[in-house]
Amino acid sequence: MTAVAVGGLDSRVVGRERSLLRRLRYVGVPAAVAIACAAMYLYVQSQELDNIESRIINARVIRTAAFEQIEIALWATALTLVVAVPLGIALTRPWARRVTPIIIALANIGQGVPAIGLLFFIYIVLIRNGSTAAILGMAIYAVLPVLRGTMVGLQQVDRGVVKAARGMGMSKRSVLFRVEMPLAVPILLTGVRTALVLTVATAVLAAFIGGGTFGELIIGGQAQGRPLAVAVGSLGAATLAILADWIGGIAEDLLRPKGL
Amino acid sequence: MSTARAASEPMIRLDQLTKHYPGQEAPAVDGIDLAVPQGEIVILVGPSGCGKTTTLEMINRLIEPSSGRIFLEGEDVTHVNPDHLRRRMGYVIQQIGLFPHQTIAQNIATVPRMLGWDDKRVNDRVEELLHLVGLDPARYRDRYPKEMSGGQRQRVGVARAMAADPPVMLMDEPFGATDPITRERLQNEFLRIQEDIRKTIVFVTHDIDEAIKMGDRIVILAEGSRIAQYDTPEAILTNPASEFVEQFLGSGILLKRLNLSRVEDVHVATSEWMTIGPDSTAEHARQLLQQSGRTHLLLLDDQRRPARWIAEIDLDRQGGFPAELSEAGTRVQACVDSRATLNDALQEMLLNANGVAAVVDRDGAYAGTLDLETIIAAIREMRAKALDEASSTAARGVT
Ligand SMILES: Nc1ncnc2c1ncn2[C@@H]1O[C@H](COP(=O)(O)OP(=O)(O)OP(=O)(O)O)[C@@H](O)[C@H]1O
Ligand SMILES: [Mg+2]
Repeated sequence: MTAVAVGGLDSRVVGRERSLLRRLRYVGVPAAVAIACAAMYLYVQSQELDNIESRIINARVIRTAAFEQIEIALWATALTLVVAVPLGIALTRPWARRVTPIIIALANIGQGVPAIGLLFFIYIVLIRNGSTAAILGMAIYAVLPVLRGTMVGLQQVDRGVVKAARGMGMSKRSVLFRVEMPLAVPILLTGVRTALVLTVATAVLAAFIGGGTFGELIIGGQAQGRPLAVAVGSLGAATLAILADWIGGIAEDLLRPKGL
Repeated sequence: MSTARAASEPMIRLDQLTKHYPGQEAPAVDGIDLAVPQGEIVILVGPSGCGKTTTLEMINRLIEPSSGRIFLEGEDVTHVNPDHLRRRMGYVIQQIGLFPHQTIAQNIATVPRMLGWDDKRVNDRVEELLHLVGLDPARYRDRYPKEMSGGQRQRVGVARAMAADPPVMLMDEPFGATDPITRERLQNEFLRIQEDIRKTIVFVTHDIDEAIKMGDRIVILAEGSRIAQYDTPEAILTNPASEFVEQFLGSGILLKRLNLSRVEDVHVATSEWMTIGPDSTAEHARQLLQQSGRTHLLLLDDQRRPARWIAEIDLDRQGGFPAELSEAGTRVQACVDSRATLNDALQEMLLNANGVAAVVDRDGAYAGTLDLETIIAAIREMRAKALDEASSTAARGVT
């Protein structure tokens, strides 16, 4: 931001530094994660695993847990997008001015409720399937950041730009899709990234209602007094969350319209 | 029948047009009647909040009128599809409003694309418009707005509004956001363009000097968009209709009238000052200077643009080295365009050491000089004419 204020040369230098930093992040994040996982692998290899431990800590269990967690997170994020983006668009239209505060309040409550409570509620009252209930719960939990990202993204679009578009005879529809949405993308994506990380990270809770995920390693290890299993599960969950954030960051850079 | 009507019918006619914003006591625009003749620039000018923007935006129905009617080329457009109506009118807003995520070429192509022009036609038009507003297409067409200066963006905004060659242009303080120098340049350029395109233009400003300079006619508006006077700049300056108008014109009416005459309207001296080309020698320059009996001579560059004012003392100091002629004397600070007003010229003159302004043509080549005497003569002439007119109207009043 401050780069804009300083002269051309300085802003270019800052720009170069920033792109250097970005490249470092592109490579550095997965490298750090890989090192952590490798260290954990070597450590586990060096240990004598007892019966219970080797049942929890093995390649098949870990792979399944990872897939379950990714699956829940992706479905939940997709569901969130399908609901929150159109809702965000609708709430920023002038005709929705009355209901907007009410919906925002509801979304706030959605995120305010403890995630675990929400999951149990859905599981017990609505859906007796662990992973489906988890997907729904995560989606509700993640609606707020995407909704807010969409709304703030649309609201910060320069009124002059919209007025110019209308003044040239663009229909409201094409103003929305050709002008407002592209200009809202950077902020919208920040919301999506938050939602993605949020769902990946909280997906471990699905283990409480039989939805699998790394949560199972954590809960199982805890229940049977095997801290190594808890550590492996935690590292797995953290790895996924960090990678989700990393992918989100790259997507933000790639999808940002040129010229902004 | 239709041709007969076209001849007498103004391009835009507002009939008792009113806007009453909900929840407000008084209407922002209170029953304005206005006829804008074809091919003219009509300026809406008035104090802040008097309803200029509201009036302008009712013409393309960005703001829907509460009552009254709008006619475009004799057709009642008060209730036609507003999107289609707007494609027939170019609109330049004060904030310019270029699309930041689109290139300059894409921005300009907006309306032609909506109208379904093919690629070739769109590209040719973009090229043509960029040339017209003085931007090199090869350099600028693929840039993004943030990579342009404020003045360049203004030009693109104007080009975009003209893209589909609409008969009408609405402009809301189009040059408002620029510094005075850029602003003056944009104004001159725009007047030059208008000479060729002859669009019907409704132009909003709150700057009376801009109004006088740009307008074929001026509408002076008071609170509620009530017309205080609607006339040519000359008539308004000579005969303000009311105290309100007089107050709005402010002090220095005489100086303001300098805005009405352009450099090209007065005598530009072509032989008062000697000129030399860049290939001349200092010796030659000295000879010319002595022959002319003047204090300075003017050095032109290889494109005949005024480069430097050179005095005899400068030549002495150079020791007669011809190679350094281009370094001698003082650089010509600024030149006036032949489209510039006498007011602009006066300013340049006062800045220049020897009290004359170098006049250049469209291409920036030297066209002559203008001095203070010429301006004073022009003022005298104007004053005589105004007195004449005033006495003749007084005489008419008696009989
Ligand atoms: N959307 C709106 N809702 C309510 N009132 C408005 C709205 N737009 C303008 N007004 C009011 O209408 C009046 C005229 O506004 P308008 O924008 O036409 O003024 P203007 O002459 O263009 O002023 P300026 O020179 O400051 O741009 C003002 O009193 C303004 O407060
Ligand atoms: Mg205004």
